[in-house]
Amino acid sequence: MSDATAPAPVPPKKVNRINLDVASYRGSKTTLCAGCGHNAITERIIDAFYEMGVDPKRVMKFSGIGCSSKSPAYFLNPSHGFNSVHGRMPSIATGALLANASMLGIGVSGDGDTGAIGIGQFVHLMRRNLPLIYIIEDNGCYGLTKGQFSPTADLGSKAKSGVVNDLPAIDTCALAIELGASFVARSFSGDKKQLQAILKAAIAHRGTCMIDVISPCVTFNDHEGSTKSYAYAKDHDDPVGEVQFVPFFEDITVDYEPGSTTAVTMHDGSHLYLRKVAEDYSPSDKMAAIRLLHESASRGEFATGMIYIAPDQDNFLDTLHMVEKPLAFLGESETRPSRAVLDELMDGLR
Amino acid sequence: MSSLSSSVEPAPVAPQTHVINDFTIQVATVNGSGSQTANIVILKAIFQMGVPVSGKNLFPSNIAGLPTWYTIRANHKGYISRKKEIDFCVAMNAETANEDVMSLRPGAAVVYDEPLKLNALRTDLIFYPVPFDKIVNAVTTDAKLRRLVRNMVYDGVLSHLLNIDLGEMEKALSKQLGKKPKALQLNMSALEAGRQFSVDNFQIQHPFKIERLNKTAGQILVEGNAAAAMGCMFAGVTVVAWYPITPSSSLPESLIGYMRKYRMDKTTGKATFAIVQAEDEIAAIGMVIGAGWAGARAMTSTSGPGVSLMAEFAGLAYYAEVPAVIFDIQRVGPSTGLPTRTAQGDILSTAVNSHGDTQHVLLLPGSVEECYTMAAESFDIAERLQTVVYVMSDLDLGMNTWMSQPFPYLDKPLDRGKVLSEDKLKELGGTWGRYKDVDGDGIPWRTLPGTPMPAFFTRGSGHNEMAQYTERPDDYVKNLDRLARKFDTAKTIVPAPVIDQPAGAKVGIIAYGSSDFAVLESRDQLNAEASLETSYLRLRAYPFTPAVEEFVRRHDRVYVVEQNRDAQMLKLLRMDLDPALQTKLRSVLHYNGLPIDARSISDGITAQESAFA
Repeated sequence: MSDATAPAPVPPKKVNRINLDVASYRGSKTTLCAGCGHNAITERIIDAFYEMGVDPKRVMKFSGIGCSSKSPAYFLNPSHGFNSVHGRMPSIATGALLANASMLGIGVSGDGDTGAIGIGQFVHLMRRNLPLIYIIEDNGCYGLTKGQFSPTADLGSKAKSGVVNDLPAIDTCALAIELGASFVARSFSGDKKQLQAILKAAIAHRGTCMIDVISPCVTFNDHEGSTKSYAYAKDHDDPVGEVQFVPFFEDITVDYEPGSTTAVTMHDGSHLYLRKVAEDYSPSDKMAAIRLLHESASRGEFATGMIYIAPDQDNFLDTLHMVEKPLAFLGESETRPSRAVLDELMDGLR
Repeated sequence: MSSLSSSVEPAPVAPQTHVINDFTIQVATVNGSGSQTANIVILKAIFQMGVPVSGKNLFPSNIAGLPTWYTIRANHKGYISRKKEIDFCVAMNAETANEDVMSLRPGAAVVYDEPLKLNALRTDLIFYPVPFDKIVNAVTTDAKLRRLVRNMVYDGVLSHLLNIDLGEMEKALSKQLGKKPKALQLNMSALEAGRQFSVDNFQIQHPFKIERLNKTAGQILVEGNAAAAMGCMFAGVTVVAWYPITPSSSLPESLIGYMRKYRMDKTTGKATFAIVQAEDEIAAIGMVIGAGWAGARAMTSTSGPGVSLMAEFAGLAYYAEVPAVIFDIQRVGPSTGLPTRTAQGDILSTAVNSHGDTQHVLLLPGSVEECYTMAAESFDIAERLQTVVYVMSDLDLGMNTWMSQPFPYLDKPLDRGKVLSEDKLKELGGTWGRYKDVDGDGIPWRTLPGTPMPAFFTRGSGHNEMAQYTERPDDYVKNLDRLARKFDTAKTIVPAPVIDQPAGAKVGIIAYGSSDFAVLESRDQLNAEASLETSYLRLRAYPFTPAVEEFVRRHDRVYVVEQNRDAQMLKLLRMDLDPALQTKLRSVLHYNGLPIDARSISDGITAQESAFA
């Protein structure tokens, strides 16, 4: 429509490299408790996708069941999302990515959804190294059913009712490394800078990005005696080093002392700089990564940061050698063999 | 109506010298002894001679060591269902030989391994002792090979005793072993040695004989699972996720073979599909639903235990309205039941598989050709209705070898269902609700990720027409009622039943799936032996179309023939039919793990009909 009069001057909207403002990355209003760690993670996801300039129309969101699994409704409204069944989100995500391998997948799970009912699908997702950002919003309890222990609750941690957990925790990061995930990180919902850098690096990675985020449950697991409370997490966060992410589209040179920092070139040309805290630690060494997790846990702490990364590891979609065009959009001419093929098959059966 | 005990004297019959092209051969061997090639060669040779034939493998849940039986029925009239009586027995398994012989009807013939001395067991059978070891030893000195070619010796013996053309056997054998010239030569020698032994030593005393006929020209021999795999390929399936389970595995395994050969992109050599062996059936259906949600034609194949595991996801797909195709190659239950025996035992549980109010479309293939055509139709229906479609095959249909006319080329354009386009969105005035019934058929329009169309958030049933979260009672009821309307629409698009209704017939038969061949034969038996003319309605889908109720209304009594104990289809019919018609329904049930046979149906019907004679 043409308009002869000049428009009133509006302050330019802040936009990212694909001209979208941050509102384009938001979702519906959260229905989780005020102060829930999951809401902070949602904010970091919004910021990371905005800052990376990801087109939300190129993203598919997945979740299982639980408080965590509600959160994909709270970010990236322009993206298709699928809230599936308890513990089985990996298979939904796998199928959707098989149908359209050109999309970026992000799945949000919880510690019960992953560590208990979903441990089987978790294992095989990691093993396949399917390109998917898989976030565990880890609060050590079942919030939606009022605070029962989950499999990531630490031995000796106390529930709100006073019951003490008498089983050891499953370390989802150690498990993921062992099983074949090519990007394994742990963070804390309260560590904005670290979580943001990890999420941006995950967007740049092609392979399973398993990110366990300690995310306190303010209603059922934020008390004295819990090892997943805000206070405990703040005191026992054990960063393995600073994580700095430089996307491929930013012209930034990072000066670092060789030997003190590991520089990783990502699939899309972005760079990840991981400053070492320990001399002998290398995030590309599986054994060292698992040892680090165990040592930190034995001190009653939890190691955070980029625990393990293998930027060039084969991923599941590549091993299937599919055509470039998404399978979902192949037409009849591409998927129905000719009459001659049927004749050949019939001749073979005579 | 006449009863079985007819007062009419049997017509005088000329002394029968030959029974031509109408008998059943049973070969009893040990599982894992490599008898499959030998049995297929007999089957194919008879088929090549123009005689209608069918082959059924009765095998144990075992890799090697347990007894297994292969039954070949030749029938000039074209009856290809199982026949109860065995006319010609090949007893190769010492463990079962006594029982195999004792269960034969008088006058049957037995080829057996000489050291078993089976001829001492009965005097009313015709025995042909064959010294298999001696014959095989002359063919090869290699002990391992001797074991493998032993079975070809009985093929040679049968060639002589049953007049099966040796040239046709050699042709069939070279098809089986074509790419292994050494094995072929060795087997040929065993075949000829067996025949020569028989010619030199046996006077034919039995009446059974194969003679050339012209009733198989142009036809094919195929298993239902391979047929279904072809149907999936020609229907343009792109995502397949599966987990191994008998008797389903040969469907996805055949499909892998076909797709690798015929569905690689010609210019890039890359796959136009993804086939994944999942970690379990739950993951398999999850992948299928994920793929269907994202717009791919996706399927899985399983059997009863897998269908049970998939129940939760099937309900989600029903409510979230995601297309998915599930093949259920039925077997007897439960997981540790008789996994290698056939049944139609999943009908009732699958029709409502899941929790909450759930209804699923079932397709009921009755032949290998329908395994092929319905495989293709299932995707159109699943995408049109945006729901789960089960294709209910069974072990007998899926794993046994059936004769068929060659399959038609599928040239009906694929129906990808209501996927919103820019034009459609304009037509709707720019507003779209994922679960809004704008066409009055209960089927909403959907959008796919990765397209410019508006997105939505998928959840189970807690959503309104706009796919927004809601727990409002009125929204829930509205949604459920629309889903019920959609199921009514299903009745207009599922395959209609096949009905044969001779004028004046008062008794009807309703059957489905692999029972069809036995029913066709039984109707002829009822006509010939009891002068009972019957109508026949073969169900091809659930939900039932109005023709089913009309059929029941037209007849005094309707026998529902099925291969389960609980009359599962009859119960589904009762749920749907006018209550006044329900007293007309009766059951004929067959559930011993063996494929249904005509005699059992005829006996089941005449026994009940005698009350009305």
